Formats: sequence, C-alpha cells, structure tokens
Amino acid sequence: MTRTPWEWTRLIGFYALVVVIVVISIFPFYYAILTSFKSGTAIFEINYLPVDFSVQNYITVMTGRNFIRSVINSVFISGVTVLLALFLAVTASYALSRVRFRGRSLLLITILGVSMFPQIAVLAGLFELIRFLGIYNTPWAMVLSYTIFTLPFTVWVLTTFMRDLPIEIEEAAIIDGATPWNIITKVFMPLLWPALVTTGLLAFIGAWNEFLFALTFTISETQRTVPVAIALLSGASEQEIPWGPIMAASVIVTVPLVILVLIFQRKIVAGLTAGGVKG
Amino acid sequence: MAEIILKNVTKSFGQIEVIKGVDLLIKKGEFMVFVGPSGCGKSTMLRLISGLESITTGEMTFDGEVVNNVIPSKRGVAMVFQSYALYPHMNVYNNMAFGMKLAKSGTGDIKQRVEEAAKLLQIEHLLDRLPKQLSGGQRQRVAIGRAIVRDPRVFLFDEPLSNLDAALRVATRLEIAKLHHDMGDVTMIYVTHDQVEAMTLADRICVLRDGYVEQVGTPSELYEKPDSIFVAGFIGSPKMNFLEGEFADAFDCSTLGIRSEHIDFCDENPVWQGEVVHTEDVGSDNYIFVEIGSKEPLIVRSPGRKGSVYGMKVGLKPQDQHLHRFNREGRPIR
Ligand SMILES: Nc1ncnc2c1ncn2[C@@H]1O[C@H](COP(=O)(O)OP(=O)(O)O)[C@@H](O)[C@H]1O
Ligand SMILES: [Mg+2]
Repeated sequence: MTRTPWEWTRLIGFYALVVVIVVISIFPFYYAILTSFKSGTAIFEINYLPVDFSVQNYITVMTGRNFIRSVINSVFISGVTVLLALFLAVTASYALSRVRFRGRSLLLITILGVSMFPQIAVLAGLFELIRFLGIYNTPWAMVLSYTIFTLPFTVWVLTTFMRDLPIEIEEAAIIDGATPWNIITKVFMPLLWPALVTTGLLAFIGAWNEFLFALTFTISETQRTVPVAIALLSGASEQEIPWGPIMAASVIVTVPLVILVLIFQRKIVAGLTAGGVKG
Repeated sequence: MAEIILKNVTKSFGQIEVIKGVDLLIKKGEFMVFVGPSGCGKSTMLRLISGLESITTGEMTFDGEVVNNVIPSKRGVAMVFQSYALYPHMNVYNNMAFGMKLAKSGTGDIKQRVEEAAKLLQIEHLLDRLPKQLSGGQRQRVAIGRAIVRDPRVFLFDEPLSNLDAALRVATRLEIAKLHHDMGDVTMIYVTHDQVEAMTLADRICVLRDGYVEQVGTPSELYEKPDSIFVAGFIGSPKMNFLEGEFADAFDCSTLGIRSEHIDFCDENPVWQGEVVHTEDVGSDNYIFVEIGSKEPLIVRSPGRKGSVYGMKVGLKPQDQHLHRFNREGRPIR
C-alpha cells in the first residue's frame, strides 16, 4: 500500500496531535508520581525521569494524623452519594421517560437548568439548610450537597437512556409474566447498567474530588475528606510546604480512581455494544 | 383455544375516546384479522385483549370468564410485537425460555419446549446467538418462537411483517398461515393495515375505522358484499371504482361502485365511453385507466397482456350482478 505525501502528512499530523493531548493530560500526574518518590531537597531538582526511589513520603502521609480517617470519610461519602443519587435518578427518570404527565418537558429543562448554578452561588443557602437540618460537620452534609449537584446530570442521562429502551420490551416481559420487580432486575438493570456505571462513576469522581463544600461544611479534622486533608497538610514549620507528602497523598487518592475507571471503562464499552437494542 | 367476546367495549386515554363501543365475537381457533387505516385503534384493540391496557367500559370474556381485570400473564395470551421486542441482553434460548423460567417450570420441561418450538421454526442453530446477531427475519421467528413456548390460548400479532422486506414478508406470511394450521385450535388475532395481508391470512376480517367496527366477515364476504363505501374502498386492489353524480343517478343511487374486473369492453351499446389515459401492466393483468368524465379515471382490468393503445377510444359496460349501489349515508342498497 503506497500513500501519497498528503496522506502521510495527515497521518503524521494525526499522531502528533494524539501525542500532544496525551502528554498534556498525563504529564501532571506523571510528575506528581515522580515527585512523590523523591526525598529531601531532591524535590527541588527538575528531572523528567526517575532518579531516586524512596517511600518515605508515603510513610509520612499514612502515619500522619487522621489521613487514613479522611480516606475512609471520602469513601463513605462518595459511596453513599452514588447509591443515593442512582436510586433517586432511576426512579425519577423512570417517571420522566415512561409516565406521561403535564409539564414533563418543562421539568426536564428545569432539572438541566439547575445544574448550571455554580457551587458558590448556592453555598450560603446550602449552609443555612445544613445548619437547619443539624448535619453540620457530619458526612451527611456532604452527601446531601453532592447528591444535589449530581442528580441533574444523572437524571438527564438516565432519562434519555430509558427513553431509548423500547417500551415494547417491557410489555413483552409483562406478557411473559414478569412482576415489576422482575422487570427491574431482569430486564431493566441489565440493559441500563452501562448507563448506571457511567453516571455512577462520574458521580463518584465528582464527590471524591470536591473541595469547596467539604471545606465549608466541616470543622473538625476527623470529619475532613481527602481533598481538604491534602490541602491542609502542614509541614514542620509554617514556612515549609510539605511537597513530598502532598504528592504522595495525591497519588494515593488518584490511583484507586484510575483503576476504577480502567476496570469499568472496558465493561462500559462491552455493555454498550452488547446492549444494542435496535441492532 | 379460547372464545373471546367483547361487549360494548370502550377505551379512553384521558378525554380522548379511542375505542368507541365494540361488540365482537372471536371464535375458538379462528384466525381473526383486524384491519384498518393507521390510527383507527387496531393496536389499542389488541392491547385491550392482551391486558396491557384495561378497558374503560364494557365487558370482555375469554371462554365465558370475565377478564376485564385479569393481568396479561393470567389470560394465557402471547404477543408478537411489530419491533420484535426481544430482550437484547439474552440469547435466543433465554429469550424463548424467559416466560417459563418466571413461571418456575422445570429445566427439562423448558429445554424440551424451547427446542420443539425452535425446530418448528427452523431456528435451532441460532439458540446461542444474541438478537443483534440475527437478521430481521430471524428475529421475527424468535419472537414467534417465544410466543409458541408460552403455549397460549390466544396468539396476538401486531403488524409482525411491517419491518420486513417485500420478499420476506410474503414468505413469513405463508409461515404464519402454516403455523395456524399446525397449531390447530389456537385462536389468533392479527393486526395489519395491509388489506392484502388481511385477505390472504384471515378466516374472518374485522374492519375498524375511527374506533368503530365497520364490518366483520370472511374475506369473500367483505369483497363481495361490503357494508359501506369505506369497506368497499378499503378491501381489494386496485381500489374499487366509485362514480357519483349523473353516473350514479343513472343507477338510482348516490354512489356507484364497480371493481375493475367487473367492467367489460364492448363496442355495441356501451354504458360508458372514454379515452385510455394510462395503462399499468403488472404481468398477469393489464389495468387500463379510462377517462369517462368522472372525478377519477375508471380502472378496468383486461386479463392477459394485450395492451391497449394510449389515447384509444373505448366503450365500457359493467356486469350488472357486480354493481355496488350506495345511498347518501354510504350504506349499500340491496
Ligand atoms: N397510550 C395512549 N395515550 C393516548 N393516546 C393513545 C395511546 N395509545 C394510542 N393512542 C391513540 O389512539 C389512537 C389509535 O391508536 P392505535 O391503536 O395505535 O392505532 P393503529 O394501531 O390502528 O394505528 C391514535 O389516535 C393514538 O394517538
Ligand atoms: Mg398500530
């Protein structure tokens, strides 16, 4: 197969672009990993390849006050947020996609509109609400606010997804003698789960990374989530920023996410192609 | 194998009445076809019988038992949907076995029934495939197979052939007819908007229009003795010729209907005269369009292939015993 010069140019241009994008998105994380394994003043030397391998930073972080506790808080809050958001979103989007009622499209537009508010705009109001509910400085403050911010997107995605599932499949199941519970577990979930995984994962990442609410709604160190804990890591003196431990902590909390995405990404693709409702 | 009786059945969606009072008897083991233009309520009727929709007023019985509030799976119905509605995540075997599994039948039983049905429909080699790996015709068979496995009293089809291409449609039509023979005494109800499908498959046809039953009868009854202009025009291809005004006055009616095959060419004392404006040769027959001064040209069938010349003047004469005369309300004068 021979290529014309023009085709060569296009091919090279394409891969050059791919390389640029990969470098831009991967490099910061790569550099964080590199830095986290350095010790002492080596941190302030710039090199792009590993020169030094020390796990000292990791030990410092893990044995530091309350870091493990923060990770547990984060896992709990993100996990509960995902479960709550998915439960509410599945039921809501079932209604929005299957039940005809007046004002349905207006409601959908409103839901999407809500997701456009910046966090800072609702911070004060949310703070009042949380004080009123008496959940200030507890994990539930974060669960509540993250669920509020995740739901619009989740509902929107699941609604469009459910709308595309032919209603006749549900009806075929009813004729086959399926109860509503059977329909949900044996027909709906298997078909919906690529969408559930995708939205659930995004909700998890959103909750895991969130900083502003987590900082505002907690006061004691034992209630902090990981992003806040990392930001507030302090060194030996006020003037010292502990770059090494910060990088180590960042890697520790990022790696699980990357693994999670990699695992599910393959399944999402598999699920989407196997789902092929219309085919 | 059930006798289904509908007594003054209506169905409303909110304010809109879609089925406006239907009385109908469907006999045991009959092949009944609902036919009518799009939007007349055929699917709604089928869904009422299946139990997917509940009737608003009236009464429906299966073998004498009132089923108004009986859920679909307890009615012993099976349905084949227009879009096949196979479960996309299950292979063919599981698609067909799903109903029996829900009913907690034994594995051996299920296997036997699924394999029998698969054999009947010649899809044994497809049992391991997913729906997306099947062609349209194969999916259709699987959908029918799934219905057979349920061993229903009543088989419901909602336009099952409309997603297939023309050749496959004819072949599948034949197989559905054969299926009805093989399954003996299962009642089948089949919805279509295609009158040819209705004529070729049905024991009896029920013509629906705007939520009312226009006429129920065997294909030949509908063809020969239509109860209204609507039925006369709907059944038969090409469409029946309708003449109004002075053409109808000459026969003491408000609308005169005559089918293309019931008009003869004649040179002496013709009833109508006109010029050939168009011809359609479909191979077995030759349809000749004659402009006689009515609203639309008269279509006349001329058997064999002898072509008429465009622009030729011809004389025509209807066969008296095949005239359909209708009054102002569109009802026949007999
Ligand atoms: N669930 C529903 N809600 C409101 N109107 C409906 C519903 N289902 C059907 N209809 C209306 O009832 C009429 C008949 O529909 P249908 O039975 O599907 O017609 P057909 O199958 O003969 O084409 C249509 O006008 C349709 O808009
Ligand atoms: Mg329909």
